[in-house]
Amino acid sequence: MNAIEARGIHKVFNPGTDEEVVALQDIDLQVASGEFLSLVGPSGCGKSTLMRLIADLLPQSSGELRVNGKAPAQARLDRDYGMVFQHATLYDWRSVSKNVQLPLEVMGYAKAERAKRAQAMLDMVELGDFVEHYPWQLSGGMQQRVSIARALVFEPSVLLMDEPFGALDEFTRERMNLELLRIWQATGTTVVFVTHSIAEAAFLSQRIVVMTPRPGRITRLVDNPLPYPRDFHTRSDPDFHALVAQLRDLLRDAHEDQP
Amino acid sequence: MTRLRHYLPTIAVAVTVLLAWELLVVAFDIQQFLLPKPSAIFAEFAYQLGLWLAPDERSILFESSGATFWEAIGGFVIGCGSGVLVALITSRWTIISEATMPFAIAANSVPIIAFAPIMNNWFGITNPASKMAIVAIIVFFPTMINTVRGLTLVDARQLELMRSYAAAPSEVLLKLRIPNALPYIFSALRVASALSLIGAVVAEFFGGPRATLGVYITQEASAFDFAKAWTAIMMASIIGIAFYLAVLFLERRLMPWHVSFRVE
Ligand SMILES: Nc1ncnc2c1ncn2[C@@H]1O[C@H](COP(=O)(O)OP(=O)(O)OP(=O)(O)O)[C@@H](O)[C@H]1O
Ligand SMILES: [Mg+2]
Repeated sequence: MNAIEARGIHKVFNPGTDEEVVALQDIDLQVASGEFLSLVGPSGCGKSTLMRLIADLLPQSSGELRVNGKAPAQARLDRDYGMVFQHATLYDWRSVSKNVQLPLEVMGYAKAERAKRAQAMLDMVELGDFVEHYPWQLSGGMQQRVSIARALVFEPSVLLMDEPFGALDEFTRERMNLELLRIWQATGTTVVFVTHSIAEAAFLSQRIVVMTPRPGRITRLVDNPLPYPRDFHTRSDPDFHALVAQLRDLLRDAHEDQP
Repeated sequence: MTRLRHYLPTIAVAVTVLLAWELLVVAFDIQQFLLPKPSAIFAEFAYQLGLWLAPDERSILFESSGATFWEAIGGFVIGCGSGVLVALITSRWTIISEATMPFAIAANSVPIIAFAPIMNNWFGITNPASKMAIVAIIVFFPTMINTVRGLTLVDARQLELMRSYAAAPSEVLLKLRIPNALPYIFSALRVASALSLIGAVVAEFFGGPRATLGVYITQEASAFDFAKAWTAIMMASIIGIAFYLAVLFLERRLMPWHVSFRVE
C-alpha cells in the first residue's frame, strides 16, 4: 500500500487577488509504505506547502490526496503522522521533557509511560541531560532536536520532516542522520524529508524529488542506488558522488528556470 | 549581600528624597498644613502603631487601613475573577468576543469612579459592598480585555502543532491558550492591584464609614491635621505597594519561564 498518494494536486494561495500565488501545480506523487523520500528544491518551490497539505493543515485547491489510504483529515484524526516543522515551535512554559510529552498528553497516555518515552527520545537526540531545562535555555539546534523527539515520541506511521536538521552543525547533523536511518529501519516508518542539503538527501533517502518554483512543480524523481545500511563509508562511495553531482545539475537547472 | 547591592540605589534615592524634603520644609519654614515634615509623619505613624499594638487602645488609622484594604481586595477578587471568567466564556465563541470587545474597550475608557455616588445609593453609603462594587467594575474591564487578547493572540504555528495532534478544543484551551494568556492576565492584575486601592480610597471620598482611609483623609484634612492626613496617605501607599508586590510574587511563582524573569 502507498502511504501517500497525490494526484494532480494544485495549491493556489489567495486566488483571484493581486497576491495570488500558485504554490503547487500538477503534483503527482506516490510514496510507498516504509519508504524514505526526500524533497529538494529552491526556496519557495512549495516543499513546506506540500507537507502541510499531506498533514491536513491546509486544504488543496484541487486534486486527490490520500494518506495511508484515507483522506488527510482522517489520517490526522487517527494520528497517523508526526510532523517536524521547519521552526521548532516549542511551548515556552513547558520544560524540555514536558514539551516532548505534549502529544502523549493530548493522546491520553499514562503519566509514567509519558515520562519514560520522553526520556528515551531525549536520550536518543542527545539531550538526556536537559529534560528539566526550558526552551529558552537551549540553542537553536538543541530546540530543533527537542521538536524531533516530540514528533517521534508517539511512533507515528508517517514522519513528515521539514528541514529538521537545518539548524545543526555538520557533525551533529551527520550523527542525527545516522540516528534517523536507524529509527527508520527499526520501525518501518514512512519518512518524507525536506532538506536544502543535496548530500543529506543523497545520504538518507531511497528516492529524491526535485522541485522547481513558480509554479511549484516536480521536475524529476531520482532513484538512489546506494545500498543500506549506510554509514560514513557511504559518503566516499563513487555512486554517492555521482548522485550528488546529478542532483546538483538538476537543481542548477531548477534555479535557472526561475524568472 | 548581592541582594543588598541590588537594592542599594533604590534605598539611596529614597533616603535622599526624604532628607531633601525634611531640609526644604525646615529651610523655607513651610507651614505644617502645606507640607508636613517626613519626621512628623513618621512620628504620627509610630504613635498610631503604638495605639494599635496596645491591648486597650484603638487606632482609627489602622482600623481604617484594614477596612479599606478589605474593600480593595474584595473588589479585586470579584472584578478580576469575573473578568477572567467572562473572557474564558466569550473567547470560546469568536463571534461573542468580537461583538463584545469594542464595548469592553469603550467601557475601559469611562471614568468608572464617577459611579461611586450611585453605588453608595444602591448598596448603602456605609456598606463596604458599595466600594467593592466600584473596585470590581474598575478592574473588570482591563482584566477581561487582556485575558481575551491572551487567549486569542496565539502564534499560528503553535496552533498548527495542536491541530496536527488532532487536539480537542478543550485541550487547546488548557494546554495552549491559557498558558499563552498568563502573561497578559498578570500584566492586567498588576495594573488592577494599583487601581483597586485607588478605586477604594477615591470611592470613600464620596462618603463611607468613619474608619476607612478615604473618609479619614478627608476628615483630617478639613480639620487641618495634616500629619494625620499624610500618615493615612502613607498607609494607602504602603498597602498599594504591598499589594502590587504580592501580585508580582505570584506571577514569578506561576510563570518562572517568562521572558521578564529569566536570569543568566
Ligand atoms: N500562507 C500562505 N499564504 C500565501 N502564500 C503562501 C503561504 N504559504 C506559502 N506561500 C507561498 O507559497 C510558495 C511556496 O512556499 P513554501 O513555504 O511551501 O516554500 P518552501 O519550498 O518550503 O521554501 P523554503 O525552502 O524557503 O522553506 C511561496 O511562494 C510562498 O510565498
Ligand atoms: Mg519550507
